[in-house]
Order: sequence, then structure tokens, then C-alpha cells
Amino acid sequence: MSVPATHRERLIVAISRLLDGCRHVAVGASSPIPAAAAMLLRAMKEAEDELIYVSVLGSQEHNFFTNGGVELFDCAAQGRIDAFFLGGGQIDGQGNINLVGTGTYPQTNVRWPGSFGSAYLAFLVPRLILFREEHTARVFVEKVDFVSAPGTSAPEVYRPGGPRALLTGLGQFSFDRETARFTLQTIHPGHTLEEIRAATGFTFDLAPDLGITPDPDPATLALLRGRVLEEVSECYPEFAMSARAELGAALSPAASRATATRAIP
Amino acid sequence: MTRTVTLEDLAARIGPGAKIAVAPDYAGVPMALAREIIRQGPGGLHVVCVPSAGMIVDLLIGAGLVTTLETAAVTLGEAGGAPRFQRAVRDGTIRIMDATCPAIHAALLAAQKGIPFMPLRGIIGTGILENRPDWKTMQNPFADSPDPIVAIPAIIPDVAIFHAPEADRFGNVRIGRRRELATMAYAAKKTLVTVERVVAGNLLHDEASAAGVLPSLYVDAVAVVPEGARPYGMWSGEYDTDSAEISRYARMARTEDGFREYLGLAALEPAR
Repeated sequence: MSVPATHRERLIVAISRLLDGCRHVAVGASSPIPAAAAMLLRAMKEAEDELIYVSVLGSQEHNFFTNGGVELFDCAAQGRIDAFFLGGGQIDGQGNINLVGTGTYPQTNVRWPGSFGSAYLAFLVPRLILFREEHTARVFVEKVDFVSAPGTSAPEVYRPGGPRALLTGLGQFSFDRETARFTLQTIHPGHTLEEIRAATGFTFDLAPDLGITPDPDPATLALLRGRVLEEVSECYPEFAMSARAELGAALSPAASRATATRAIP
Repeated sequence: MTRTVTLEDLAARIGPGAKIAVAPDYAGVPMALAREIIRQGPGGLHVVCVPSAGMIVDLLIGAGLVTTLETAAVTLGEAGGAPRFQRAVRDGTIRIMDATCPAIHAALLAAQKGIPFMPLRGIIGTGILENRPDWKTMQNPFADSPDPIVAIPAIIPDVAIFHAPEADRFGNVRIGRRRELATMAYAAKKTLVTVERVVAGNLLHDEASAAGVLPSLYVDAVAVVPEGARPYGMWSGEYDTDSAEISRYARMARTEDGFREYLGLAALEPAR
């Protein structure tokens, strides 16, 4: 296993670091990277004899809800869920997210699926992690066209939860609920601050110790490539297959060269 | 007493203008029933997704039967956005009532309890609330300091529809842990169910699994329609979701003509 961490493995490990200390992590639909991160945390904590609950929506194996779709929300409202993930077609500098569309509502030019549970969970889950791999100025805008979930609320609004961090394909930010601003904490290897600035439509602060996103250690990588990929494959078979293919290609460059040669007539 | 009827009879129980609650993609989507509804063509439907939906709603919208859509989301999952839904929103041909999942659950729960509304946390400061004049922000009557909370009015569907693995001849229906199906049925005036099969005996007689059964008290009519959720899969394991078929639909439904071709319609008849 001398293959260095892939980009997607780095993201998974970065998220699992953000989840450290959680007892119950819930993962929404169509979220293989967060699901893998939660499963990685569970596997790592198991070695320390600590029990972590992971609820992956859409999974039979890794989901113990028996009270229908409402149970996730009821759990969150009672503080029984420590962490959850949200993406966004647009995310702005105040931590607002938009899952509805661009342009003037309701006749938006581009219509996305809709807000799902974001307008609720963003208020109630203490460690909300914003995750959007595409880091471009069309996603990270100055101001969202529609607020599915606000980044912060007025003081009288009951709000134990909210965004804590934002992870993208380029870097990792923290979110300050007092100032409603993002702070860049680390830049993923191979990328630069200039690149991130150019791809971000809002201003953000820089951590005093701004550094490079650390690479996972070999033991973590082994756990991720073994048990965790196996667990993820139940709910996300295509994701697991492509992750394995990526590793396979890196493991046997000769084989992939041979394939490449054959492909050229 | 629950009646066992044909698919045609089941669909005929849905009149023009009905408010219909539809099961989500993971809980038994009544696709065959939707196709029969489209064939019969009751227009002016108000569809409530419990709490989100995919191809079933896209089909009903594409067929021109929907005037109002209340949902937390519409998506074809891995196949991408729902094309007829997106088109209708852009053109303004449907009235969209954007919601959030727990609000739809809460609204049905209020109906189940026979109360006018259910208070719910979150939501304040969202564009959703801004565009839902029917949702009201009120002061928590038990708090001494300011504590705004959103009141979601009850949703009482005229009809709830879903597909389930089995019913018995008394009309008891197995819903397993898909409790949203019970919520829909408790809230609705009428519940219409398609099932894979009818089994011998009484599903309520097995104490170990009776809690996963919706009693016939809440079920108005059942039609036996094997593979009635296709191309969606069944949680009870009869068949998996046919992603290739949903992708094929997604591609064809990008255009009006492709959509009609997919449904095998020469031309759309105006809704009655």
C-alpha cells in the first residue's frame, strides 16, 4: 500500500477529522464522501473501544431508524445528532446556502431539486459541515439568490446548530457564527491561495497558521481502503468501484500503461 | 371494509382537483397507478410529496395534470434534475410551494392529530418561509422571553397513494418501517394502495410484525399490481431501482416530444 493518498481520500480523511468527538453522525442522500468519512471515524474509534453511531440515509445496513423519514429530524431537534452535511448550488460568504435555484424565485432560470431538510437541520445540528467539491465563483457567491438555510440567525431565534466548517476541492475553512465569516484554515496540496481567491466570490479571512491540508497516515489509509470502502459499497457501489479503480491504476502503472497502449489502434 | 379493485378502478377514485399525497422514492412509489392516472387524466391536481419525490411527479407534471406542487425537493437522483418539473417551474405553469422535509411531516402529523397546526423549530429567515404566507411565525406561548417559532398548518390530503409489498384480503397493508406511509394514511381522507400480492391470513395476527402493518381502517381500496413501483425498487426486496431506465427517462423527457414518446402518447389530451 505505497500508493499516496488520492484527492478524494484526502477529502474523506479531512471530514473525518472534523467529526472527531461526535457520537452520532447522520449523512443525507447522495453523499458518498461524507458517508465514507463517518464510517472511517467509526472504524478508528472502534479501535479505541468507543462506539460511534452512523446513520446513512438510503442505506439498509448503516441506518437504524425505524420511524420513517421524520425520525432524522426528530433526533436532530432533540440534540441526538452531533454532525450533518449540507452542500449547496450556491454558498455565500455569510454561510447561507441555496438548494433551490438561480435567478428570481419562483421562476428561477436554473432550478435545483429543493431545500430538503436543510432549513431545519442547519438550525439544530451543532456541527454542520458544508461540503462542496466544486470550488468555483459560480458556487461560492457574494450573496445567494435564495436562502434554503441561513448561516446565522438573530439572537432570539432558537439555534443550537449551524455551520462549523466548509470543505471544498481546494481547501478547508472554518466558520465563525459571531462574525458570519469564513476563515481559510488549510489549502489542499497542489493548490494555492491565489487560486482559491480567484475561485471564491466572497472575501474570507486567513488563519494565522494557514497551512497545507495534511496527508493521511498509512494506518488511516489502510483502514479507508479496506473496511471503509467495503462498508460504503453497500449504499454507494459505483463510488466504491471507482475509488478501487483509481487505486488499482495507481498500484499497477504497468497494467494501466498496457491498457492505454491497447486502446490506441 | 377495504375493497380490492382493479388498477383502473383505483385511479378512477382520484377526481380532478384532488390534493394527493405521494410516497417518496424510498418507500414504494406507485408508478403503475401514476401511469393509469395519466391515462384517465384528472387535471388540476395539488400534489404533496412526502416529503420529496422524483419521476412520479415529473410524469404527472409533464402530462399537464398538476397545478400545485408542495414539496421539499424533486430530483431524479443520479439521473440528475427532473426535466418536466424544471421546465414547469421556469415557465410558471405550476404553482410551487417549496417546503422543507420536516414541515411536510409536521403538517401531516397535525392532520393525524386533528389539530390545526404544528409548531416547528428552524425555518426562520429562510426564503422558504418568506414565500409561504400560509406558514405563520408566532411567539412560544410558554416562554417569558422572545422565542419565535413557526406554525405549520395541517395538510389534509384528499387521497394518499403508495405501493406496498403485500396486503391481506381484509385490506391490512404491510408497510414495514416505512412509517411515512402510515402518516400519510392517517392524515388523508382516503388511501389508495397498490400491492405486489395479496397474502392468505390476517397480517395483524402476527404480533411480531403487526406494528409494521397499516390496518385496513385507514385503507379504502387496494389493487394488485405486480412490479407496481418500477422503475423504482421495493424496500422489501422484490426488485431494485432500475437506474438505467430512470436515466433513459431523464434523457427523453428533456423535450416535450421526447416526454410524450416515452409515455407512448401521440399527443397530450387536454386535462379534463
